[in-house]
Amino acid sequence: MSDITRDEVRHLADLARIDLSDAELDHLAPQLAVILESVASIREVAAADVPPTSHALPLTNVFREDAVRPSLSAEEALSGAPEVEEQRFSVPRILGEEA
Amino acid sequence: VTASELTRLPAADLAQRLAAGETTSVAVTQAFLDRIDAVDGSVHAYLHVAAEGALAAAAASDTRRAAGQPLGPLDGVPVAVKDVLTTRGLPTTCGSRILEGWLPPYDATVVARLKAAGMPILGKTNMDEFAMGSSTEHSAYGPTHNPWDLGRIPGGSGGGSAAAVAAFEAPWAIGTDTGGSIRQPGAVTGTVGVKPTYGGVSRYGLVALANSLDQAGPVARSVLDSALLHEAIGGHDPLDSTSVPGSVPALAEAARQGAGADLTGVRVGVIRELTGEGYQPGVQARFDDALRLLVDGGAEVVEVSCPSFRYALATYYLILPAEASSNLARFDAMRYGLRVWPSGVDSPSAEEVMRATRDTGFGDEVKRRIILGTYALSSGYYDAYYGQAQKVRTLVVRDFAAAFARADVLVSPTAPTTAFPLGEKLDDPLAMYLNDVATIPANLAGVPAMSLPSGLADEDGLPAGLQLLAPALADDRLYRVGAALEVLLVKAWGGPLLDRAPALEVGR
Repeated sequence: MSDITRDEVRHLADLARIDLSDAELDHLAPQLAVILESVASIREVAAADVPPTSHALPLTNVFREDAVRPSLSAEEALSGAPEVEEQRFSVPRILGEEA
Repeated sequence: VTASELTRLPAADLAQRLAAGETTSVAVTQAFLDRIDAVDGSVHAYLHVAAEGALAAAAASDTRRAAGQPLGPLDGVPVAVKDVLTTRGLPTTCGSRILEGWLPPYDATVVARLKAAGMPILGKTNMDEFAMGSSTEHSAYGPTHNPWDLGRIPGGSGGGSAAAVAAFEAPWAIGTDTGGSIRQPGAVTGTVGVKPTYGGVSRYGLVALANSLDQAGPVARSVLDSALLHEAIGGHDPLDSTSVPGSVPALAEAARQGAGADLTGVRVGVIRELTGEGYQPGVQARFDDALRLLVDGGAEVVEVSCPSFRYALATYYLILPAEASSNLARFDAMRYGLRVWPSGVDSPSAEEVMRATRDTGFGDEVKRRIILGTYALSSGYYDAYYGQAQKVRTLVVRDFAAAFARADVLVSPTAPTTAFPLGEKLDDPLAMYLNDVATIPANLAGVPAMSLPSGLADEDGLPAGLQLLAPALADDRLYRVGAALEVLLVKAWGGPLLDRAPALEVGR
């Protein structure tokens, strides 16, 4: 199960929105297989009745006052944008051609 | 004092001389900028040197002092900052092409606190891309070189901060530590580095790698300096919901108390699973020497066992990629950072632009971990990998609790080896990951840990590090015991370890 095929890596890269060239796939797939094989040891640990830890701190429900406070101006928020139009982030088309 | 002598003084001494009017912040800051000019061509600790801004901040500090304004203890002492913390108007790349040229519109809380303390920022230090690595070789802007041997790695991901401090290009620096990125570079460069208790230092403006593990902390040339810098950046921040309530403990006081080198009644636990096999003989030998010094100082040394630590590395390499794959989804070419249009595509969609941008903007190691994390979180594998890793994380927490019932602090070597040659492990991810085997457990459990120099390994003459660990929120114990051990070690060496580093050739 820790075997990971080239096609699976391509599919995962697709899910993660990364184009990978064939050369990158050739390089990454075997490396990922080795890494997965080594982390698979974790499945030997008998932990069925152990509760999971997602965070080191037991803090829950941290709230702040719902009060107006200074924040970035629109210009500051847009200052790093690749493209700006009418005080908005300008993005490539987000709908399919036929839509 | 000459300018070059200024750069070698402990930061605590610089602060005192500034307060006494014996030097100025402009003189000190200029001395470090000159040193950077002279040696950074060969060390490459900095990605960006902020000479103009640093000198302006230094001049402002001198003006405040001349006007007799009440000043904080560190006013005017310059500092370097790892390039993973946002700095308003100063480039912040995280060592990645995807953020090349980005100027953040806001300061990280750590940076805001440095500025509020009156500390000029010398520049931004090099790092593995998005803090993924143990050698700084995964920086998209080229590696940093270890000042002890320019052909070797300075550790990672914070190799830039550690090398800057070791090469006297900064009196101290800020690092961040997700699995050892402050401590392991500290160990291989002969500097002190501390990962505070998780939540002890604000993560606001720290570009997230794995947000349940990331923590910023000090990198310095002495335990006392580390304590002073830690105090300056620590304490509750309402902008970080994982910030620990309350103020930062009295760390400098603990360091000063520790410098008396009396460890009577202190119980030191040696973690059985983190010594012996797999550790370079010279690293192990310096560790054993340090244990004897602790006993000489009055400490009681016991052995403790943390059986789950043998799974810590695997746990980490599931939890970290899972969190990273989610965190790095924000680099989508839409709101900031790089945008690459795919070639040969007519009117590409946002998704196609995203794919092309992430392929171009991310390096190999980042891609590896994003894909690994996507795998660990995907349906069918989630329970077997990510869910199981979270359970083993609980076992690591329990092992620490049991160990701290028997000892006040725990110790291990920081890293299994001294600095290895650049390129040696670059294409062997698993070998690279093993550098973090001793540092990772602290991040999984959120406990504070310090690395301090333990000496030079006999076989290669390079620095080795000793790791001290304390229970959550007991960071002051690291400083008390660390300062005591430092006094005993420096006495045994006849002077600070960094005095033995080879002089760097000045000039590019």
